[in-house]
Amino acid sequence: MLNAVDKKLLAEVADLHDTPPGAFNIRKNGQGIERHTTANINIETKKDKPGIDVTIKAGTKGESVHIPVILSEGMDDLVYNTFEIGENADVLIVAGCGIHNPSSKKAQHDGIHEFFIRKGARMKYVEKHYGEGEGSGVRILNPKTIIEVEENATAELEMVQIRGINNALRETEVRLHKNARLIVTERLLTYLDQTAESNITVHLLGDDATAQVISRSVAQNDSKQLFHLNMRGYARCRGHIQCDSIIMDQAEVSSIPEITAFNSDAQLIHEAAIGKIASEQLTKLMSLGLTEKEAEETILQGFLK
Amino acid sequence: MLEMTNVSVVINGEEGKVQLIKDINLTLQNKKIYVMTGPNGGGKSCIAKAIMGIYQPTSGQIMLDGLDITHKELYERARLGIGYAFQQPARFKGIKVRDLLTLAAGDNKQINLCDLLYDVGLCAQDYLDREINTSFSGGEVKRIEIATILARNLKVAIFDEPEAGIDLWSFQRLTETFEKMNQKYDTTIVIISHQERILNLADEIILVADRTIREITSRQKILGEIDQLDSACRCRQSCNRGGRADAKCSR
Repeated sequence: MLNAVDKKLLAEVADLHDTPPGAFNIRKNGQGIERHTTANINIETKKDKPGIDVTIKAGTKGESVHIPVILSEGMDDLVYNTFEIGENADVLIVAGCGIHNPSSKKAQHDGIHEFFIRKGARMKYVEKHYGEGEGSGVRILNPKTIIEVEENATAELEMVQIRGINNALRETEVRLHKNARLIVTERLLTYLDQTAESNITVHLLGDDATAQVISRSVAQNDSKQLFHLNMRGYARCRGHIQCDSIIMDQAEVSSIPEITAFNSDAQLIHEAAIGKIASEQLTKLMSLGLTEKEAEETILQGFLK
Repeated sequence: MLEMTNVSVVINGEEGKVQLIKDINLTLQNKKIYVMTGPNGGGKSCIAKAIMGIYQPTSGQIMLDGLDITHKELYERARLGIGYAFQQPARFKGIKVRDLLTLAAGDNKQINLCDLLYDVGLCAQDYLDREINTSFSGGEVKRIEIATILARNLKVAIFDEPEAGIDLWSFQRLTETFEKMNQKYDTTIVIISHQERILNLADEIILVADRTIREITSRQKILGEIDQLDSACRCRQSCNRGGRADAKCSR
């Protein structure tokens, strides 16, 4: 079922070299091609629209769900996925999208992911984007992620996109209830004439909710990036946004902070910085025997790790 | 052996040409420890950077074991066995202590990262997996900088004011470490310092002032002069002007 190109895409987006352990659903060119469920994790095809419902039983510990999407031809793919993570469960969800577009038609994947993390549950969500292909067809990804984090629950998001995608628009919206916790790590590298936009809005609704958003990006060549990170505190809560970009060549980066407090006990911090690679970092690495190019790569790799 | 002959460095600054060092003549013998001292702004770091290749000489010649390295680039000189511990080390977001030390050690397989950190007074367990970012204190980042030089098998190792930010206990270890490095690898060590205890390690002392080498002398002579000056100085503890008669302080 999976050919060599598919396997390479899967390795890039989900660190998978074969069919994954645990529950999984592999979607290729708009069709579900392989699925596996476990005693605790159920996956069902939606009846009213394309996509799946993933239901994780309360108390499920240490299990994982892989839902990679691969596109190996020019096409538009739109999918709605809903995740229900039961009380006190602790799971890993890996949702990568890999595009291999050999055609001159555009390949576009728009994914709308909705998560309900029930009381005391913990979810780590990893989303990797990867694109390749010799064709002139553009590769477009527009993921939308909506997350409801209930009392005492934790959501940890890791969103990575390194090259390969021509246009990306990422929308993320998170609602945090009492004592809920959010950690977002975003890593982005654009080059050539790629564009990427990331909008993250976090609503801190309950007392003692905490949110930390760390975004690091590198913009090379003529690429453009836009970040709009927004935190809104409605209760006694703490939020911290850290947005760091390295700019190179003729690239453009905009970072637009927004923090709003509706409660005098809300503590919100926004830090944003854009700059080129510090020359003392290059000099240090070159004084250890690296060429300028090698030094630059080492710094970028570390920065985006 | 490293030899500098009539080395000068001139750079184009914002207000025209600036002479960083002039007519440096210096021979550094294998296995010896040299301490470079002298007033701040006198050109000590510039000489070190000219040896490392961070500044390219505008005139003169630099030879390393018979090889002309005058026009070799920074990374080439690094590969030939020259190392420099910066006075103000860089910090790196996302790069861990382990990564940087591994990179520094290269194919020097004898290196044990834990021992390396121990030698600079840091606990490996606490530090190896920390990123070298702004959460590090000046002293911590300084020690890691020194460790990146200790990790390498070098012909010439230069340490630029290594004692800054290092507490007394670690200082003792540090001096032992310099001696050990000197014996283990036959490394020529150059330490830029104002510290008496570092001066005590020196086989020879290089006195730098006014952008050139004023004198190459023995430690007994320099320490004698400092003693004499210090006994008459009330501000000794906070004085950083090098303890020479021409330090231009009121003493």
